[in-house]
Amino acid sequence: MSVWSAFIQLIRRDLILALRRRAELANPILFFVMVIVLFPLGVGAEPNLLARMAPGIVWVSALLAALLSMDAIFRSDFEDGTLEQLLLSAQPLPVLILAKVSAHWLVTGLPLLVVAPLLAVFLGMSESALGALLISLALGTPVLSLIGTIGVALTVGLSRGGVILSLLVLPLYVPVLIFGASMVDAAATGLSFSGQMYILAAFLALALSLAPVAAASALRISLS
Amino acid sequence: MNIFMKWFHRLGSPPWFYNISGKLIPWFAVTTIITLVIGLYGGLVMAPADYQQGDSFRIIYVHVPAAWMSMFIYIIMAVAGAISLVWRMKMADVVLISSATIGASFTFIALVTGSLWGKPMWGTYWTWDARLTSELILLFLYFGVIALYNAVDDRQTASRAVAVLTLVGVVNIPIIHYSVVWWNTLHQGTTVARMDGPAMESSMLWPLLVMALSFKLYYGWVLLVKARAELLSREINNSWVRELVGSKANG
Repeated sequence: MSVWSAFIQLIRRDLILALRRRAELANPILFFVMVIVLFPLGVGAEPNLLARMAPGIVWVSALLAALLSMDAIFRSDFEDGTLEQLLLSAQPLPVLILAKVSAHWLVTGLPLLVVAPLLAVFLGMSESALGALLISLALGTPVLSLIGTIGVALTVGLSRGGVILSLLVLPLYVPVLIFGASMVDAAATGLSFSGQMYILAAFLALALSLAPVAAASALRISLS
Repeated sequence: MNIFMKWFHRLGSPPWFYNISGKLIPWFAVTTIITLVIGLYGGLVMAPADYQQGDSFRIIYVHVPAAWMSMFIYIIMAVAGAISLVWRMKMADVVLISSATIGASFTFIALVTGSLWGKPMWGTYWTWDARLTSELILLFLYFGVIALYNAVDDRQTASRAVAVLTLVGVVNIPIIHYSVVWWNTLHQGTTVARMDGPAMESSMLWPLLVMALSFKLYYGWVLLVKARAELLSREINNSWVRELVGSKANG
């Protein structure tokens, strides 16, 4: 079996598994929506304030939703032993991990992009920023998934890995949050946002090339 | 095999390390105390008061060396992590994990002294200055390393997991730092006092350098003490530890 077909088959398998547990699919989206609803309740519903804070609120919520869903990427595979089979497979592990991250992002990251415009309207974000919001999430959430995978790979064997995962991963999420939110902010105030966009794209390129390798060695250590 | 490689291999041997570190500790302790006294006297007594900041600038003699150490130790940890992953060297694991709490302490000291300094200078204990923010994130990275090490039961696995995490962190530190600098300049402009303004007068500079040296020596001292303790508890079932304990009990 070639590397490429292994990659495709693993994505297909993960997507089928995800679609058979349809109830779980909605969870990250619901979490994302509910966190965003909490902000107006917490800081007050003053439209100008909300519109000013909207890029940051949407980005922080997306980041938390991405973090919350990360734990599931290896959980069931670890429990039923599939993960060990992947480690033993003849295919390079970083490629297999990239396939798992891709499938995981399609199931948990992509839906965030679908509901984000709706929530931007909730918060009164200016319509000119919607395009930037979608582009920033499209470039940024895969980076979150890739970095998160390293954290999950380090903590997968632990019974109480959830809290530690956030401690490991959140500091590493900071640059993505800064550039994602500021890209939307710039678009909302009518400025050019291409600089932030290119930097997010650079983060994505860096994460795509390095994170699977780091996650692979972390996984080998965790399961040794 | 050249001398360096020989030395490198011997460094990997726990009994040899235990022996040599026991001999080195007094030297580190003495030089730390000497440089600390000279540096503090130079900084607190001999250096003139700053024409703008008065005497409160003297906190830099603790603050700046602590901030330097906070980054220096993380780099040491990353180097140890790389050595541990590549050569599976036990001593590198010990150095890595013994350094983590020391590094976290220096980072904490840098943050606390920075905010104490900020109160008279900027009028507030905390400002989202780029340096303060990235130092705070560095502290979280240290906490992550310590938490991960304590969460994994098997020490061998824990050490290697922590080595990977430290390497991931060291790739990210420059990215985080420059993101925060960029974010800071975008959001609030340069209202904050900057360290890299005028060059320092040499009468103020030399105590700072002596203090930096003193902090490095202190790190070496505490690192060796902690590494020895860690080594003993890891190697408790090995013959050299039993012999050591036996000779101590008899003598």
